[in-house]
Amino acid sequence: MKTSKFSFLLLAVLAALLLQRPALAATQLQGAGATFPAPLYQRWIAEYTKANPDVQINYQAIGSGAGIKQFTQDLVSFGASDAAMTDQEIAAVKKGVVLVPATAGSIVLAYNLPGVETLKLSRDAYVGIFLGKIKKWNDPAITKTNEGVKLPNMSITVCERSDGSGTNFVFTKHLSSISPEFKDQVGEGTSVTWPTGVAGKGNDGVTALIKQNRGAIGYVEYGYAQHNKLPFAQLQDKAGEFVTATTATGAATLATTQFPPNLLRAWPSDPDGKDCYPIATFTWLLIYKKYDNAPIGEAVKKFVTWGLTDGQKFSEDLGYIPLPKQIVDKDMEALKAGE
Amino acid sequence: MTSEGRAPASSQLKGGKRRPDLFLALTWVAAVASVLTLLWILESIVMPAWPSIQQNGLNFFTSTVWDVNRNRYGALPFLIGTAVSSLIALCLALPLGVFIALFLSENFLPLAVRQVIRFVVELLAAIPSVVYGLWGIAVVIPIVQQYGGYLADYLGFVPLFSGPSVGNSMLTASLVLAIMVLPTITAISRATLVAVPPTLREGSYAVGATRWETIFRVLVPTAAPGIVAATILAFGRAMGETMAVAMLIGNSPRLSWSLLSPAGTLAGLLANQFGEAQGLQISALMYAALALVLLTLIVNMVGEAVLRHAEKTTAGIR
Repeated sequence: MKTSKFSFLLLAVLAALLLQRPALAATQLQGAGATFPAPLYQRWIAEYTKANPDVQINYQAIGSGAGIKQFTQDLVSFGASDAAMTDQEIAAVKKGVVLVPATAGSIVLAYNLPGVETLKLSRDAYVGIFLGKIKKWNDPAITKTNEGVKLPNMSITVCERSDGSGTNFVFTKHLSSISPEFKDQVGEGTSVTWPTGVAGKGNDGVTALIKQNRGAIGYVEYGYAQHNKLPFAQLQDKAGEFVTATTATGAATLATTQFPPNLLRAWPSDPDGKDCYPIATFTWLLIYKKYDNAPIGEAVKKFVTWGLTDGQKFSEDLGYIPLPKQIVDKDMEALKAGE
Repeated sequence: MTSEGRAPASSQLKGGKRRPDLFLALTWVAAVASVLTLLWILESIVMPAWPSIQQNGLNFFTSTVWDVNRNRYGALPFLIGTAVSSLIALCLALPLGVFIALFLSENFLPLAVRQVIRFVVELLAAIPSVVYGLWGIAVVIPIVQQYGGYLADYLGFVPLFSGPSVGNSMLTASLVLAIMVLPTITAISRATLVAVPPTLREGSYAVGATRWETIFRVLVPTAAPGIVAATILAFGRAMGETMAVAMLIGNSPRLSWSLLSPAGTLAGLLANQFGEAQGLQISALMYAALALVLLTLIVNMVGEAVLRHAEKTTAGIR
């Protein structure tokens, strides 16, 4: 019995090795970068390679900054970044860069207040909270916009990201664009120094902090709040209306994005239109303009094209915003232009 | 040392063919390799840290502002956070650890039972630090939140306990650190206590001392150098601990008197920011790593001094 099991195992290993053989000859793509879109990219890879077994793709979620570094050093076939790339970083890549907005997400303000199911936060209120000026939940700045909601006399625990991240970048960019005071005191960036609160590592770290602390509020990606069933606040848009984060309101925000010519890099940090959730952002795939190895370049483009079209249908399930059609069209143009 | 060590070897070989002493060569290589590795590590920290060392200089150790956006780097809050969390952990773990070691080295219980207890305590060292972090989140944080809340309510006027009591705080991190360093202290202290020659104990009993007098006047002083060594090791472990602390301390770059507020440590800072760091931030983080190495070095040197002193004062007994 024991030997038969063992020989079976041996056979299985041998079979696996033999089956691997043809795959070794397949095109191998290496990708590295942002952690935020990683679940979606992994899903794309799984689905895509199922349909195209001649390609092997490996994506490592090592963070946007590290992804850009590896991409610049030519260690990967494609990179990924939540903060796109700066002009300086683009200039450092000899083979040229095509920035492709690949998917998008909203950042929500999740909170932990037992008994409070809906919360509307005005711009003054949430800027004040993150600046540490509003310290209690029953502060007039919060109660003013929440008539009929019983807000407790409880301290606010602000929860934030301790690690450098694209989420930080997008959230502080938004706060800086709506509040000169915030811009002056904290500013925007992938790691910022918050004037108040506790910090956790990663979206999951912040989610845990919010869950643990009664009276907590923090910023996390929409998908995390949804998955963990955390309630999140409606935020005031430019016109003064309150908007709930949904895929629709997020997509509406993305559709307003105005890109500069020849470069798909922009942040809709304070959108104008109606029913636009104010904090939504793209995340980018970084592709070389020219590939030394033509088959690799071809395979990368095929994969990215698939992700931009067929791949978008996996977005909503995983908490991402499917790209609006006009953005996908622009991506396709950019992909064709890079040769 | 070399001349003494060589003497018997050469006398044995007398008359025979003189060969190079391979064992000696091997030990030399091992010793030199470890020193070189340390220098290598230092070099690879100092080189990337250099831009920050030039720019921030000694201000790095006195400034309280760590602001990546404005390229201002001051590590004082993290230095203090590292030192304070380790000190509190040690203050809790040292008495506890030594008492456990005493209990395990005396014959209060049958040997079999003591072996089981010893095994369990030493097993604490085998738990990965991320598991300590998770346990801290699940168990220690709610406790600190609740009782810290009472502390803040009734003793809030004392700066050490001023509220609000956030679960992720200096106190939480220190408590978990204390448990993490406990096995180090217990294991080494027990080993030295057991190694005290039984003649000393018999002598002490012979002149009429009770068991407790023997323990505190003879056994503990004799084992003091070992206990000091255990303390140094534990301190080093507490200062370098990264994962569990980063999960529990709240990672705040602000200085606060309150034990119930979030704080930050050097190791946690590195773990948090290194992944996405760019430009001068990388240098500053390397500088912070250097500061951590220096801090550990200082602790080791102080420990060494205390050890020598302890050895000198207890030399009469041994």
